Amino acid sequence: MRKKALWTLGLVAAGLLLAACAPNAGQDTLQPVGDVAKQQKDLFVPVFWVAVGVFVIVQGGILYIALRFRHRKGRDVMPRQTHGNTRLEIGWTIAPAVVLAVVMVPTVSLIWELARPPEDGALNITVEGYQWWWGFSYPDEDMVTDWDRPITIADTMVVPTGRDVYLSLEARGGGAQDANGDPDFQVIHSFWVPQLFGKQDVVPNRTNHIQFRVDEAGTYTGQCAEFCGLQHGRMKLEVVALDPAEWEAWVENQQTLAPRPTDPLARQGEELFLNPLSDGRGACTACHAVGDAGGAAAPNLSHFADPAHTCFAGCNWSTEDREALAAWLANPDAEKLGSKMPDYQLTDEEIDALVAYLYSLT
Amino acid sequence: MASVSVPATGGRGLLRRPTAITGFWSWFTTVDHKKIGIMYGVVAFFFFIIGGLEALLIRAQLAQPDSTLLNADEYNQIFTMHGLTMVFLFVMPMSSALFNYLIPLMIGARDVAFPRINAYSFWAFLFGGIFLYSSFLLGGAPNGGWFGYAPNSTTDPSIGMTFYAIGLLITGVASTTGAVNLAVTVINMRAPGMTLFRMPVFVWMGLVVQFLLVFSLPIITIALFQLLFDRRWDTAFFDPTRGGDPILWQHLFWLFGHPEVYILILPAFGIFSEVLPVFSRKPLFGYQFVVFSGIAIGFIGFGVWAHHMFAAGLGPVANTAFGVSTAIIAVPTGIKIFNWMGTMYGGDIRFTSAMLYSVGGVAMFVIGGLSGVTHAIVPSDYQQTDTYYIVAHFHYVLFGGAIFGIFSGFYYWWPKAFGRRLGEAAGKLQFWLLIIGFNLAFGPMHILGLQGMIRREYTYPETLGLTFWNQVSTVGAFLIALAVLMFIVNVIRTHLKPRAEIVEDPWDARTLEWMTSSPPPVHNFDEIPTVHSLDEFWHRKYVEDERTGRLVPAQAGASDAHDDPHGGGHAIHLPSPSYWPIVSSLGLPIIGYGVLYSWWLFGLGALIALVGFYGWAFEPSVAEE
Repeated sequence: MRKKALWTLGLVAAGLLLAACAPNAGQDTLQPVGDVAKQQKDLFVPVFWVAVGVFVIVQGGILYIALRFRHRKGRDVMPRQTHGNTRLEIGWTIAPAVVLAVVMVPTVSLIWELARPPEDGALNITVEGYQWWWGFSYPDEDMVTDWDRPITIADTMVVPTGRDVYLSLEARGGGAQDANGDPDFQVIHSFWVPQLFGKQDVVPNRTNHIQFRVDEAGTYTGQCAEFCGLQHGRMKLEVVALDPAEWEAWVENQQTLAPRPTDPLARQGEELFLNPLSDGRGACTACHAVGDAGGAAAPNLSHFADPAHTCFAGCNWSTEDREALAAWLANPDAEKLGSKMPDYQLTDEEIDALVAYLYSLT
Repeated sequence: MASVSVPATGGRGLLRRPTAITGFWSWFTTVDHKKIGIMYGVVAFFFFIIGGLEALLIRAQLAQPDSTLLNADEYNQIFTMHGLTMVFLFVMPMSSALFNYLIPLMIGARDVAFPRINAYSFWAFLFGGIFLYSSFLLGGAPNGGWFGYAPNSTTDPSIGMTFYAIGLLITGVASTTGAVNLAVTVINMRAPGMTLFRMPVFVWMGLVVQFLLVFSLPIITIALFQLLFDRRWDTAFFDPTRGGDPILWQHLFWLFGHPEVYILILPAFGIFSEVLPVFSRKPLFGYQFVVFSGIAIGFIGFGVWAHHMFAAGLGPVANTAFGVSTAIIAVPTGIKIFNWMGTMYGGDIRFTSAMLYSVGGVAMFVIGGLSGVTHAIVPSDYQQTDTYYIVAHFHYVLFGGAIFGIFSGFYYWWPKAFGRRLGEAAGKLQFWLLIIGFNLAFGPMHILGLQGMIRREYTYPETLGLTFWNQVSTVGAFLIALAVLMFIVNVIRTHLKPRAEIVEDPWDARTLEWMTSSPPPVHNFDEIPTVHSLDEFWHRKYVEDERTGRLVPAQAGASDAHDDPHGGGHAIHLPSPSYWPIVSSLGLPIIGYGVLYSWWLFGLGALIALVGFYGWAFEPSVAEE
């Protein structure tokens, strides 16, 4: 009977453990891919097992003592009145201190290693935190576009495999600008892609750095980890790591303007996008840019339909989801409460045209 | 029970002096530490229920991916208020409740040093809590997290974070005055012979906590004033566009916030240190180690704050220093665990509800302590900070440690305060339900955090594979709620039943508070006992056989175990009830609303407070005979 109960318990435990290894655990820190995330896991795992050892000793001790010395009926002898044992107590002061000292050695060395200056030949990317989306610009000299600005993208960060990447993290505003022309709502964010690297905060007036490398091509998800206001939960991103050849092609494509659409609907959308909307409803280019036209307060849409641009609007939706884009344009606040994107009262026809235009920007 | 008569003349006061010491209205004017302690307890428990309901809302929201039960705005208010409520309106005041009720009894005093300030602290806390919660009706509750990071907290367009700043300033007044009061009480009001190292560990931890409060609250007070000024009068302390520094808030907040963690947990350590010896029938193992490690925790607790900021970019030197100091603080904490185990070792352990909660609390705290040590591993903390791993960690510390300790204290001291034992069978059932629910609720959060679930997100996508453990956690949260409900039923049933037994010393206890009747008379002790040793009461009941080290019951009359129960009482002067504490503290929330809405209201509040203090200053502490 007892054996059966143990079996059941074991099966339940095994089932729970299996469930823990979910197949699509895209932010699992224990399945690292990037070099930094691997180092961080390699530091965590041995410490975890040390903690498990201490756990077993202490909890086992508590259980043993609780069972061994529990009151039994009929035994009414007063226990020995021990008041302490200085040797023993000094022992269990020193023992944990020694364990901790040992653990701190690799800890301190990795702290310093991760803080090292950029490697030669590292790719520089400026990560910009806005309320509530991520922007990325590439300040290196060979990353300039035909219209003399650094390549600038949003929501997905594209990197080459096998090359060090040096991130400079900067907090920007949230779309609107205050009376002095400074971006409003500059708040703290935290940049985190669990399978590539641990997080660093993105702090106004400061520039923090992360240096990492990823050797496997693929898409990695991440998100803002520091509470940054209403839509903190939906401030996400994806990192797209490309093989060197694909990377070259991607850079070249980014440096040139997307060809003008030929489809009449998309042409109509281009009209709408580049010019103020009718009835003084505002203009898309007040905040968004395509090529050299437009503002910088909202995601740069120059290559919205580029295959590496996998998601949009704080990475809330897949770029493949045209209907999500249409719904987003129709009523941003309903789709993402508090979003800084204004509702321009677009008609269904206007939305269709704008969607067609954006999907022409490969 | 001896009675104390309070004369009925008003004397020199502005108002006619209140005279009632029993009945409904007496609670509003009382300065009796026991009544104030009970009021602290009732109000704190009420907020515990509110905070718990907020937790259930959070868990209901997270039970499924892409949930729309709450929207982002509602969720942010709920999780912020859950944190604020549990920290500032439940655990802190519940510790005040226990300290208030018990410290004077445990050190053999008749009351606290400043009885009217004691009442003032309670009313300020209550009004602060009401003020914070009134924000729900006045435009939105605080929504920037209990940690209120600037500049998000200064730029958020809703009114919530202004309520946060003022509300916490008011409860801060309550905590500061209360802390000074209790510290002075412990230092100055001890019974003859009660040297510092004859004090129960609970009183020691109380003293350490009061010092932590006195030194850490001014820091958060400054930060809250800066936040308030930034929000209300457009100053630029934290505004990066005008030379302010967002990181300043973090330093100030955590320089308060980390000692605050020990303010929350040390009372539970004190409770464990009282309950474990009593039910093991052995003295605390290594009393001085336990006391000194508590003091050490208090000191080192001021030197670890930046481990909340490892990812903020303070640089490798700071991260190394604070990583090491965080590891160091694990040492005195570990000492306590081992000493508690040593206390139980070789004992005759009776697993009452109180004992179960203490042993369970120690075991759960160990888990929180171990995950805490992993935070000191700075590079891996870059992965874990701001994830559910941290949420798991501090719930094991603050729920597993502090709240289990509080429940242990309830079961242990209930007969002292009310003369009735809580139902033991129900208590044990509640314990098992709670510990299972607790582990189901918070255990999976370790896994969720490592799987990349961030804190404070109002929903998560299905694609991250987080759903299963979130559902387990939600089930656990509702089991916790059931256990708390069982406790409430237990309390009600206990008090509905006619009082069958007279419980004077139900647990064969060790300390002074059990040397008077239960509940104690207004004046606590008919005659103040003279203390000869640690665990005075125990040593009056048993004497140690020098040869074997074993205890034998003391011979009747062999010691002064029985102070004459009818000796004193009549000639004892106790502080008289007063209207002024409640009046002067009522000014605080009105000043608060004034800051928000109108200078007239501000002036009115200030006037009420001033009149209150004026009346107070000219009122003799004891009414004239």
